[in-house]
Amino acid sequence: MKLDAKIPAGNLEDKWTTYRSKCKLVSPANKRRLDVIVIGSGLAGASAAATLGELGYNVKCFCFQDSPRRAHSIAAQGGINAAKNYQNDGDSIYRLFYDTIKGGDYRSREANVYRLAEASVQIIDQCVAQGVPFAREYGGLLANRSFGGVQVSRTFYARGQTGQQLLLGAYSALSRQIAAGSVKMYNRHEMLDVVVIDGKARGIIARNLITGQLERHGAHAVLLCTGGYGNVFYLSTNAMGSNVTAAWKAHRKGALFANPCFTQIHPTCIPVTSGYQSKLTLMSESLRNDGRVWVPKKKEDRLKPPQQIPEEDRDYYLERMYPAFGNLVPRDIASRAAKVVCDEGRGVVKSGYAVYLDFSDAIKRLGKDVIAARYGNLFEMYQRIADDNPYETPMKIFPAVHYTMGGLWVDYDLSTTIPGLYALGEANFSDHGANRLGASALMQGLADGYFVIPVTIAQFLADEIRTPPINTNQAAFAEAQNNVQAQIDRLLGIKGNKSVDDFHMALGKIMWDKCGMARNAEGLKQARKEIQTLREEFWQNVLVPGTANEFNPELEKAGRVADFLELGELMVIDALNREESCGGHFREEFTEDGEAKRDDANFQYVAAWEFTGTGKDPQLHKEELVFENVKPSTRSYK
Amino acid sequence: MKITLKVWRQKNAQDNGRFETYNVADIESDMSFLEMMDVLNQQLIKDKKDPVAFDHDCREGICGMCSMVINGHPHGHVKATTTCQLHMRSFKDGDTIVVEPWRAKAFPVIKDLAVDRSAFDKVIQAGGYISVNTGSAPEANSVPVPQDMAEKAMDAAECIGCGACVAACKNSSAMLFLSAKVSHMALLPQGQPERKKRVISMMKAHDEAGFGSCTNTGACEAYCPKGISITNIARLNREFLSAALSSEQPV
Ligand SMILES: Cc1cc2nc3c(=O)[nH]c(=O)nc-3n(C[C@H](O)[C@H](O)[C@H](O)COP(=O)(O)OP(=O)(O)OC[C@H]3O[C@@H](n4cnc5c(N)ncnc54)[C@H](O)[C@@H]3O)c2cc1C
Repeated sequence: MKLDAKIPAGNLEDKWTTYRSKCKLVSPANKRRLDVIVIGSGLAGASAAATLGELGYNVKCFCFQDSPRRAHSIAAQGGINAAKNYQNDGDSIYRLFYDTIKGGDYRSREANVYRLAEASVQIIDQCVAQGVPFAREYGGLLANRSFGGVQVSRTFYARGQTGQQLLLGAYSALSRQIAAGSVKMYNRHEMLDVVVIDGKARGIIARNLITGQLERHGAHAVLLCTGGYGNVFYLSTNAMGSNVTAAWKAHRKGALFANPCFTQIHPTCIPVTSGYQSKLTLMSESLRNDGRVWVPKKKEDRLKPPQQIPEEDRDYYLERMYPAFGNLVPRDIASRAAKVVCDEGRGVVKSGYAVYLDFSDAIKRLGKDVIAARYGNLFEMYQRIADDNPYETPMKIFPAVHYTMGGLWVDYDLSTTIPGLYALGEANFSDHGANRLGASALMQGLADGYFVIPVTIAQFLADEIRTPPINTNQAAFAEAQNNVQAQIDRLLGIKGNKSVDDFHMALGKIMWDKCGMARNAEGLKQARKEIQTLREEFWQNVLVPGTANEFNPELEKAGRVADFLELGELMVIDALNREESCGGHFREEFTEDGEAKRDDANFQYVAAWEFTGTGKDPQLHKEELVFENVKPSTRSYK
Repeated sequence: MKITLKVWRQKNAQDNGRFETYNVADIESDMSFLEMMDVLNQQLIKDKKDPVAFDHDCREGICGMCSMVINGHPHGHVKATTTCQLHMRSFKDGDTIVVEPWRAKAFPVIKDLAVDRSAFDKVIQAGGYISVNTGSAPEANSVPVPQDMAEKAMDAAECIGCGACVAACKNSSAMLFLSAKVSHMALLPQGQPERKKRVISMMKAHDEAGFGSCTNTGACEAYCPKGISITNIARLNREFLSAALSSEQPV
């Protein structure tokens, strides 16, 4: 298979404009005859479904929650980037593009990232018109804040609930199309397979989660907007239901999976306190605007009350190590630095895995009210969970799994390697290379859904106008449904001794210990064996209660964990293959002065993996990355 | 901590349902209420019994999925808190805790503690949006929005659509939910063109979905996990009256 990213010719600045003026279109009369399935109602899915509905396509949209408004995007806190340059601080589309490429450690595609930066400007316009109540200045104009990894202030926000407000905006647009009849919404439905006919994606098998009924849905094209797979680690900041199943089923049907090992570990989360914990809570990166990160200089001070540690005995290690960016270095760097100081024995809770995020200077400088206005809801959330008042005592934080840069490989059109099957939002391998900058996921999800897919999907659908509605009585649908049914029956039939959570937790531990913030060849090789063993055990000893034809959350979870048990192995294989350190992927063998050492000569490529069978070596396909505009250099934030 | 739970068990919408009693030991005070329910479920699964079905997702208090009536209080007795953000440190060792689903005609039980809230989606579909197609928006800063208006709109927009207001109301009214959306949009310049049409059609959808009427008891505000103010209902009533008075059709 030769990977063709289909990057348009021409200057970087002109590619998308030229593409749009020359690309194929589908006439309104024909759009009405074309069916599109959208899986997911997060920022990517809701914006895509709404916009395709507005354009006149027949859309069916699916989500597993009880309402499209509850997709995981709702939880995003800090903000969304856009190159508006309202602050007159030197921002531009090029600078947003450049920051994203650099922040991603030169492992993303220039053309896609530039298009993303271009779309960012329109996203803000669109959201404001929908009624998204962004923060404003006294004069009534939009306010901005700064985020890590950049030196301009380009992040738009709605208190600490930016994701919620953006999603409610997209959800309202989607609701309008549902009312208009152009989108049919399927809540509490889980897609369990994609149906491929003559090499093209032609529909899905979905399970009605209330009745357990399997349903066949045909369409001319299928869009996967199913989010990220951070929950492979069991503990993450993702919602409990976030999973890889849709993407993984597509992978098994032939879609390549790109850079699976690129995981983002977010530096500021509430630390793990004990084994019962079901999830980790993010404290928005925006806090690093005013909070200072430190640990005691001396090990023996680590459990002392922080107020009793004098200034000269504190190590503001980010400010010390990276004076140019200080507390606002990119996430991968901040996380790794926290790991280093904790590994040195200076971590500040009993377990040794936490550092301080201290607001006392900011409160002195700006007053408590200003800090409360900026972060009040985050402080409250922290206090509720940690039972500690961050206005008085510094927050205790530690890195946690947060986002996955890897995902289904897509070309410039967002098409996977299966024609007619697209991937949007966090589900694709995306524009963030080996590390995503804060406030850029919301931007990408909305760019993909509002502005990219409505144009690019026509390149495929223009040639489908003669294809009648997809008949779901075809053999391929029956076969896919039988396979889904067989997996459900098998899961329920094992009746073993361990719960799904037991397996999920065990997998999470392997992934965190051996494929987490730091990785090495030996650990990764071991992890692969351990995952294989765990997977075998799962299929012999898992205990799934209840039946197939009822509301059965344990059965849903079992299917998701079964897929995580395959994905985990692929992540480990990918991490082992990538013998360099870049972005969130830190190989202990490849460093220079303690910093990550990239190897552009050998690894300046996207690793796209082809499924060859469970437990078998997948086949690697490389998409070489060509940098025509930005010269890859060693990322320095010093 | 040791806790005794009386949990509502109902196989499906047709089943009558009943309380079952369970004892759960080894509860830590730092656990969230849902983590305590996880412990119960792990125990039930290992005893080859049916675990308790309940809705939850983000566990950060923002998705609006979790929905339990705890000792008679929607989301429990702690103010401005969702079930997922309620911690066991708010209970005492040896407590008996009664757990039920949202109870309202418009929210039929699916199983145990999970209910169907699609009626909320229908209310939004009736007009909880600004009609602007993708691509047609003007430059974002071309319409300034006074900061206090934006803040007030945001106060209302914070609603997470969980339905606690309905569960708390003796009439099962969704007026707080509805008023939050109507206020959010009525306060912003972008919401003006459809302001009147919106409130009339959303109000109609609210009544058709089987939600009751508002008799101003204020229970909704008291139990709202996001502290949405009941002044929004007053605004809703004003909006509705003025829209109805100026409407050319009878409403
Ligand atoms: C706590 C937190 C805070 C964050 N803060 C920020 C921030 O401030 N700024 C920023 O830019 N990014 C932030 N992010 C990242 C960002 O929120 C996500 O990357 C982004 O929202 C993902 O959007 P999405 O549309 O791709 O997927 P999601 O929002 O995850 O939506 C996935 C959808 O797919 C559906 N789905 C999945 N699988 C199936 C299936 N098999 N069948 C049917 N439906 C399915 C789900 O129901 C859901 O509707 C944050 C992330 C977290 C975890």
